[in-house]
Amino acid sequence: MRIVVCTKEVPDTAAKVEVKDGKVSWGDAPLVINPWDEYAVEEAVLMKENKGAETVTVVGMGTETTKDAIKHALAMGCDDAVLITDPVFAGADTLVTSEAITKAVQKLGDVSLALFGRETSDGNSSQVAVQVGRRLGWNTLTYVATIDSIDFAAGTIKVERLVEEGKQIVESTLPVVISVVKEINEPRYPSFMGIRKASKAEIVEWSAADLAVDSSVKSKVSWPEVYGLPAREGDVEIIEAATVKEAAAELVDRLIEEKVI
Amino acid sequence: MSGVWVYIEQHGGEAANVSWEALGLGRKLANGLGQPLTAVVFGPGSGALGTEAIHYGADQAIACEDATLDRFRLDPYASLLGSLAKDRQPSVIVAGATTRGGDVLGAAAIDLNAGLVTGATEAELDGNVVMAHCPIYSSKLMAKVLIPDAGDAPQMLTIRSRAFPMPEADASRTGTVETVAAVKAEGDIGTKVVGFEETQGAVSLTDAAIIVSGGRGVGGADGYAPLQELCKVLGAALGASRASVDAGWIPYDHQVGQTGKTVSPDLYIACGISGAVQHQAGMRTAKIIVAINKDAEAPIWKLAHYGIVGDLFEVVPALTEAFKARLGQ
Repeated sequence: MRIVVCTKEVPDTAAKVEVKDGKVSWGDAPLVINPWDEYAVEEAVLMKENKGAETVTVVGMGTETTKDAIKHALAMGCDDAVLITDPVFAGADTLVTSEAITKAVQKLGDVSLALFGRETSDGNSSQVAVQVGRRLGWNTLTYVATIDSIDFAAGTIKVERLVEEGKQIVESTLPVVISVVKEINEPRYPSFMGIRKASKAEIVEWSAADLAVDSSVKSKVSWPEVYGLPAREGDVEIIEAATVKEAAAELVDRLIEEKVI
Repeated sequence: MSGVWVYIEQHGGEAANVSWEALGLGRKLANGLGQPLTAVVFGPGSGALGTEAIHYGADQAIACEDATLDRFRLDPYASLLGSLAKDRQPSVIVAGATTRGGDVLGAAAIDLNAGLVTGATEAELDGNVVMAHCPIYSSKLMAKVLIPDAGDAPQMLTIRSRAFPMPEADASRTGTVETVAAVKAEGDIGTKVVGFEETQGAVSLTDAAIIVSGGRGVGGADGYAPLQELCKVLGAALGASRASVDAGWIPYDHQVGQTGKTVSPDLYIACGISGAVQHQAGMRTAKIIVAINKDAEAPIWKLAHYGIVGDLFEVVPALTEAFKARLGQ
């Protein structure tokens, strides 16, 4: 019985991301594991420690740089790793990405649970978990904030999903695809031993052919242009007055003039 | 392929505001394409919501009130949308980029082998192609995104809350609300909703016209009290920076920023928030940003339109009183 957790690399959240020569650039900022994926990895590792999951496999899709995110997951406690990599996947949209990950989950076999972060901090689509779940034909529970119970032997799970109006509590049969939000846990820092183990671990590489990816599944979404946000025009107007009370009253006047109240 | 569809999402019989905003965009696209605009709404009260959608600009509506759709579950909702779209071949399907809207369109896109553009903040027609503009890299950049050659599948699109104008309802508009049957029987659905805990009395951050937000400067869980008072007077939602959430002062669902919520209110009042790049990513599209901060060098001043340099524990209560006086409360 296996748990799969999916990951990718993104520029560090503190990076200044900009467009240079028509391409996205993050300068010399490091690529790190997608911040939401850390929560998914932590939850997978916790299930191995406490809930009787046998093997946790981290699956990444990308290129050589994806290996750093995968190694981070290994250092947190994943057992083995797969990198889906093939030039045909360059510029893949979620239709193609979900097809490749679905085939990898099927090739691994014996998977009860596939975990994802709620989104990636680059594409922000929140679609890959949903679309992998749909392709697998599994129940899909997104935005999970708490796993109340999971019973691998009985094949059942109960979760709390964080949606706009509150928490929806859902029971489901396994296998299941789950995406997690930050509320779910506190990701551990990789231990020294974990990092050492991860640096020596073998990362299995699978190509489109290895996965028998359906070649009729093509990317349909294209991004002809990326551009920076328009700069904020004008300077801040600092409200100064003899007393805080007067300053507050003046600020209220301005905001009413701006018609935002 | 013909027809623009807007998926109207609802909770407890009430439509999400972003669904009406999507309908406003749908109207524009339908007019440009010379095609009818159809609202698609599932779940309890969807017949009445179909009529409301016609008031907001739809030509007609498709509704399903089957008991399997009483509470939102992805599989029966997406299966029905996918099956209807397979039969009737709309050229465009739009929904809100919410937990429900994104999930339903994402799963249905697989059933339809359709491209899906997510989280657009602008969209216009280029011929028959919907040209969308979407924030990427957690709102640090924008991308033009499109589905150039949709082939035999609809172009699917989700839009951010408050990015598109809310259309005016006109109760004199009429149209047909067609009721359809569900496509999944209860026995074929693997999930069961066993409860729902509503967030009590809080204004949703993504829907809020005004947000009062607190950061490290509030100093602790109790420090949010004056901000909550101001929220009450303004009908505002309460936001927070990552630092204050990580410190355990306030729950995660209040977090604004790169790893929290992206918001776009008319007014964002940042109290004791320095304005790190990660926070800015979540709120920089606010129409007016007000900073209240002791530190006159904080990055937030580069983004703010107005500000008061001072102690938020003096300034915020003074603001609350000033608003009360001006708003006659």
